[in-house]
Amino acid sequence: MTTIDTHAGANSSGSVAGSGGAAATLLAVADWLTSTDHKKIGRLFIILASAGALLSVVIGVLLGFERMDSDSFQLFADDNIGQFFTFFRVELVFGAVLPMLIGIAIAVVPIQVGARSIAFARGASFGLWSWLAGIVMVEIAYLGNGGPGGGNETMVDLFLLGMLLLIVGLVFAAVSLVVTVLNSRAPGMTLERAPLFAWGALVGGSALVFTLPALGANLIYNFVDHRNGRVAFGGNFGVVDWIGWSLSQPQTYVFVLLALAMLAEIATVVSGARHKLRGVVLAGIGIAATSVLGGVIQQQQTMGWDGSLSDKLRDFVPWAIFNLLPILGAMTVLGASMFLLVTRRPRIIAPFVPALLSVVAVIVGMHGHALSTISSTNVATTVFEEAEFIFVMYGGLIAVMAGVSYWGPKLWGRLMPTSAVMGTGVLAFLGTFLAGLPYFVAGFADQPAGVANGFSYDGPQEAWNLLSTAGHVIVLVAVLGFVAAALTGFRNGSAAGDDPWNAHTLEWATPSPAPADNFAEVAVVKSAEPLLDLKTGGAS
Amino acid sequence: MSIALPAGPQPSPNRRITIGTAVFGAGIAAMIGSMLAIWLKFRADAPTRESSDGLKIIKDWLPADVVIPETAANVMLVTLVVACVMGQWASYAARRHDRSHASIAIALTGFFGLAALNAQFFIFREIGIGVADSAYGAMFFAICGVLALLITIGVVYSVAAWFRVIGGRVTDGDAVYGHALYWYILTAAMTAVWLVVYVQK
Repeated sequence: MTTIDTHAGANSSGSVAGSGGAAATLLAVADWLTSTDHKKIGRLFIILASAGALLSVVIGVLLGFERMDSDSFQLFADDNIGQFFTFFRVELVFGAVLPMLIGIAIAVVPIQVGARSIAFARGASFGLWSWLAGIVMVEIAYLGNGGPGGGNETMVDLFLLGMLLLIVGLVFAAVSLVVTVLNSRAPGMTLERAPLFAWGALVGGSALVFTLPALGANLIYNFVDHRNGRVAFGGNFGVVDWIGWSLSQPQTYVFVLLALAMLAEIATVVSGARHKLRGVVLAGIGIAATSVLGGVIQQQQTMGWDGSLSDKLRDFVPWAIFNLLPILGAMTVLGASMFLLVTRRPRIIAPFVPALLSVVAVIVGMHGHALSTISSTNVATTVFEEAEFIFVMYGGLIAVMAGVSYWGPKLWGRLMPTSAVMGTGVLAFLGTFLAGLPYFVAGFADQPAGVANGFSYDGPQEAWNLLSTAGHVIVLVAVLGFVAAALTGFRNGSAAGDDPWNAHTLEWATPSPAPADNFAEVAVVKSAEPLLDLKTGGAS
Repeated sequence: MSIALPAGPQPSPNRRITIGTAVFGAGIAAMIGSMLAIWLKFRADAPTRESSDGLKIIKDWLPADVVIPETAANVMLVTLVVACVMGQWASYAARRHDRSHASIAIALTGFFGLAALNAQFFIFREIGIGVADSAYGAMFFAICGVLALLITIGVVYSVAAWFRVIGGRVTDGDAVYGHALYWYILTAAMTAVWLVVYVQK
């Protein structure tokens, strides 16, 4: 008996739609809308959030154009430009990167751990629709002048309610993921043997469960206050003060923890060997998750480096815990992955390129943030902070490219073109650097954050803003290119086969696309690389 | 057909609901903890003024005309503690496959949950302050409203667990254990709110 027989009548892709006719199409749509199959839920998260990704990068481009000429050229009215700065962040974080990474995890992790379904499948489905309703409400609110600081009171209420709804959805999805990894693993799969990406889903999902409700608490207070007396939280202008921490570093690290796990997972496959430093990688992902502390205190920890040695130490220790530990974790994962590759002869696969570049971008953003929280740098209120955000969240976007191209064949049954994956990955990385790096420089020249017009400082300010805008444009081209390649690849690309990457974990032991129940029979696992055991007779 | 792995036994969905409740409970703890932290910050930052006789400094936090129904708040906390005892009784009975005791205990848990809700709405009515009157009013109704919502979810949880038990699924005690755990989490949350909002004010 094998674990990879297709479950009778359970092929998940297109069985209904293929029968033709309007009724069949309606049935297929209804099937997708009401499905509790984790692969469909995950794919819907990815597909719907890809629209959010495009929208957020377009806003980034427009804001760049707005800042290129700080005197005369104006796309947005002065009184609502601030809303577009938050719109860019809200859309990129909650409308794109986080739901797409969660979608990949929902689609993949249950198969990885050898489960036939995700835990609380209806909860995950509710999470999807709650998130979707929430993000649509947020977008409508922004269009109606109701973002933070917006002038339309009803729309500001809608914004707060939409944010609350999308957070409820994301928490439900995260709870499903965490419980799946904790409770639905195949026999023999201890947590130490869990795939690295599944471990990342456990750690990242837990981090979301701890931090998103804190954001929810702020939103509830703001909503109740804004809808009634507006006596406590500063009304529409106070909203961003209360939720801003969730759109800044170090909270954004929580949203891209899965990027680290993705690199570790793909690097192991590229090396073709067991990960000798597997325990180190597990610890590294855990250490990076200390970024939840930023969510717990809902503010940034700065370091003054003044006074006596004991004063300096009193400043340094909490600063290091909040700002250096996540870097240590990310560097550990990157270092262990690179160690694995230099000790073997790696067989580079296309998704590895964006996976590696995404982590590099995130780490650059983390270093930038650590620097900006040293008081003497005086860059806290400048575009320096925006550069950190760009590196971390565009890094997350590149990680999504890696994840979709790596696990897409398991979900859609076809491969994306190698050159398109590598090309768009490199392009997005270059765009990220170009969008972020000039703002690191402009930050030291005191270009203010969240301001598009009327600023002036010594130095080539138009050049920095031009370069940054060009970076956003390049990221937009890369995202568009990737979406086009995914659409064509997953529809007309070459058949993937069950194990196109010669991988090690259970999801590659089931047909592509994976059937509705994932496995005909649940396997017994005896190591962290069950497929490698079979391929090598346990010798590798 | 590709790679064959040795087939194992069908894994039982062990304690899935209990673990899910625990993870969800962590989220509840984070949310209530955040709300209380913001409450404490507002209270600490509230402006101060001299009393009319000039003898003491008064913090402008609790509006002067507010009379918090402390008895109702105490009764609400005790009611939730009793709900926990009932939930634990249900778990004890489920472990012994005693359907009648388990179903009675769960029904009583839900009943005490409803009683706690009643106490909460009594407090809302009696406190004599509007949600739009002051920062205190807005925050009081927000945090206690969230607690009321969580208790409502608990009552729905009790109804679902009760249907499972009377439907004969008492040997699968997962929902009953998870149900008891939820009420423990809720009581811990209420204890924190009671201490900060009703006792320290």
